[in-house]
Amino acid sequence: MGKVIENIIKKRWISLYVENEIGVLAKISGLFSGKSYNMDSLTVGETEDETISRMTISVTSDESTFEQIKKQLNRCVEVIKVVDFTDIPIHMKEILFVKINSLKDSEKEEVFSISKIYGLAVIDCDRSTLLLECVQTESKNNAIIKLFQNSFPNRIEVVKGGSVAIEAISVADR
Amino acid sequence: MEIRGTELFVKALREEGVNTLFAYPGGQVIDLFDALYDAEGIEVILPRHEQGLIHAADGYARSTGKVGVCLVTSGPGATNLVTGIATANYDSVPLVCFTGQVPTHLIGNDAFQEVDIVGITRNICKHAITVRDRKDLAKVIKEAFFIAKSGKPGPVVVDLPKDIQQAMGSDDYPKEVSIRGYKPSTGVHIGQVRRALSILNQAKKPVFLVGGGVNIAGAGEEFTKLAELTGMPVITTIMGKGAIPTNHPLYIGNIGIHGNYAANRAISECDVLFSIGTRFNDRITGKITEFAKLAAIIHIDIDAASISRNIQVDVPIVADAKTAIIKILEEAKGLPVSEWTKEVRGWKEENPLGMKKYEGMTPEIIINKINEKFDDLIVVTDVGQNQMWTTQYLELDHSRKLLTSGGLGTMGYGLPAAIGAKLGNPDIPVLCISGDGGMQMNIQEMATAVCLELPLILCVFNNSYLGNVRQWQEMFYGGRYAFTSLATRRSHAGRGGAGTENAGIENADIENVGIENEGIECADTNSARTSGGSSSCTSDSKEAIKGSPKYSPDFVKLAESYDAIGIRVETAEEIDEALDIASKSKNTPVLIEFIIEPEANVYPIVPTGKPLNEMVID
Ligand SMILES: Cc1ncc(C[n+]2csc(CCOP(=O)(O)OP(=O)(O)O)c2C)c(N)n1
Repeated sequence: MGKVIENIIKKRWISLYVENEIGVLAKISGLFSGKSYNMDSLTVGETEDETISRMTISVTSDESTFEQIKKQLNRCVEVIKVVDFTDIPIHMKEILFVKINSLKDSEKEEVFSISKIYGLAVIDCDRSTLLLECVQTESKNNAIIKLFQNSFPNRIEVVKGGSVAIEAISVADR
Repeated sequence: MEIRGTELFVKALREEGVNTLFAYPGGQVIDLFDALYDAEGIEVILPRHEQGLIHAADGYARSTGKVGVCLVTSGPGATNLVTGIATANYDSVPLVCFTGQVPTHLIGNDAFQEVDIVGITRNICKHAITVRDRKDLAKVIKEAFFIAKSGKPGPVVVDLPKDIQQAMGSDDYPKEVSIRGYKPSTGVHIGQVRRALSILNQAKKPVFLVGGGVNIAGAGEEFTKLAELTGMPVITTIMGKGAIPTNHPLYIGNIGIHGNYAANRAISECDVLFSIGTRFNDRITGKITEFAKLAAIIHIDIDAASISRNIQVDVPIVADAKTAIIKILEEAKGLPVSEWTKEVRGWKEENPLGMKKYEGMTPEIIINKINEKFDDLIVVTDVGQNQMWTTQYLELDHSRKLLTSGGLGTMGYGLPAAIGAKLGNPDIPVLCISGDGGMQMNIQEMATAVCLELPLILCVFNNSYLGNVRQWQEMFYGGRYAFTSLATRRSHAGRGGAGTENAGIENADIENVGIENEGIECADTNSARTSGGSSSCTSDSKEAIKGSPKYSPDFVKLAESYDAIGIRVETAEEIDEALDIASKSKNTPVLIEFIIEPEANVYPIVPTGKPLNEMVID
């Protein structure tokens, strides 16, 4: 028999409150590798309480694996709270730097206009290089990277941070 | 008042009620050892290897229900604990393992004997922490004991840098613990209990499946009441064995790849599986998609992560087994299932366990003799066929205990764990059953047992093979005995299989080792062995030592070299006498080497990937 469970593989999000101590990050990431859970991204930083850090973790998994992940995280003594962000309104942002090299003047113009549309900031430059900064949702950032990759193949350099997320007050998009 | 870290350590042990400490010295714990020198009331046990040490602490903990406490030095001392930590973790044994560490200012510098033991053990223990500040020392130790024994018990590693041990600081030891990330559940969700019971009340073919959680919670008696109230058949995992007396009419047997016919069939045919304190490990489920596939599953476990991990559960109840069973007893009622229970019993009677293929001195006969001989007994097993036979044939009731490495299956567990069990239960006979392979994995602890004057009964089932693996090779690898003979000499080594020249003990080079045993001196079974003087054999025990060893080591001589008593048993007629001698020993371990059929197999067996009801019976 057994309960029928939703076994759709999709992107899922966890917000994790942990003790801000040496080794906790290793413990959490070690749990994922040790149990063979695939992690898409993990960001961590201190909260308003300096003894507590908050992590945002995203995974692509089915429901039952995800349930296990939450339970396993909950078992860790250093984990104070596990919040499932998958189906609740949240604000989520990811930092992205894109550097584009060997730009002709006309191409620079193109970059500036794309930036305007997508809300990117040009934060540094020289004659043929531009550095863009972008704080968007992960999926938007991915779309932006794709756009630049197509327009300037082999000339871009990308650095992304992981996502951070917080519960929304009213509505939000991902 | 200001005291040194080492003094606080001793104080902490006292506050935690620790009177037995398993410890091995070294540079990074020498200060702690020095402090223990004057610590009256705390017996410090010195095994011969840190792996033996931690298995001893584990055996102590399993058999007493107390926390087992280890103290070892940094680096190699700490890494030698690793197997024991994982062993305890899998079977939910409460341990606190103190490891010495280099001084904090050297951590990370590749200092002599520095290893990141917290990093190494993080994934195999319940909790691991390095104390980095003297002011945290008391709190960390207090929390370590609390974490080890509460909720789902497990091993905790506390890494103690040398400067923290030496530093002065407060002598306060906290009375209470509050860890914001750790709140083991205590209550039982009554709604879930009622859901479970409403499913159960409609069942026509319900069974109980009981795992180690029931024994850990000490809920055997309550569970037996529940079984009797409902009248349902009871099946156990090897870790759950003994939760209900094995001679109880409702007890059917073990489930799993070496489970018995009736148990495995009942699981395959039941309509409600009421499981308590088991993880549905692959050793018990067989082919997972076929496991209990007609049943609604109710699962009580203290660890939420054990629920719906391997098997999807219909009614989860996260709770301590004892608390939950007591709650259920209040609400449960008798079920009209006696026909079904009778049917399952009938399967058991038609397909009894038994070593039909073999004659003479079989493991079954030896274990049955043990059943006859002792009323109150702690039995420790090693890992392999010896373990399977023991868990199949040993009779248990609530007053007797079975200690076995179920989850990790650690060879070398038996002897040291028996030492720990005896230390924790000086008034109960402790008997260990091991294979010749596993016995050699921590044989050095014979010396510990001798020095501690422990009258352990050590039964070695010598088949001169790594039997369990050999059986697989015989059954599933076309009889290719790839490197599982413990007897073959290099000059005779071939890659033979069953029935070839190299199989069995017969072809060992007898000349090289076949030394006559006549004239071997053995000690009087009851003489104190610490005097160092060699005493002479009683005629009884001398009579028992006969025959030539055809393999190495000669376990009888080996026992004697440790100043223990060694007896070799080659026929069923000799079993009684050997057990008699062993049970009369007051302060000396007695090793009985049983020469068993080299190619005896464990049956039934469910081949890998097969469902439970497709077992090979014999
Ligand atoms: C430390 C360790 N190494 C290897 C194994 C794999 N293994 C399981 S049973 C077994 C054979 C055990 O042989 P023996 O101790 O002689 O016992 P028998 O099966 O013959 O009773 C082996 C090698 C194990 N369980 N533990």
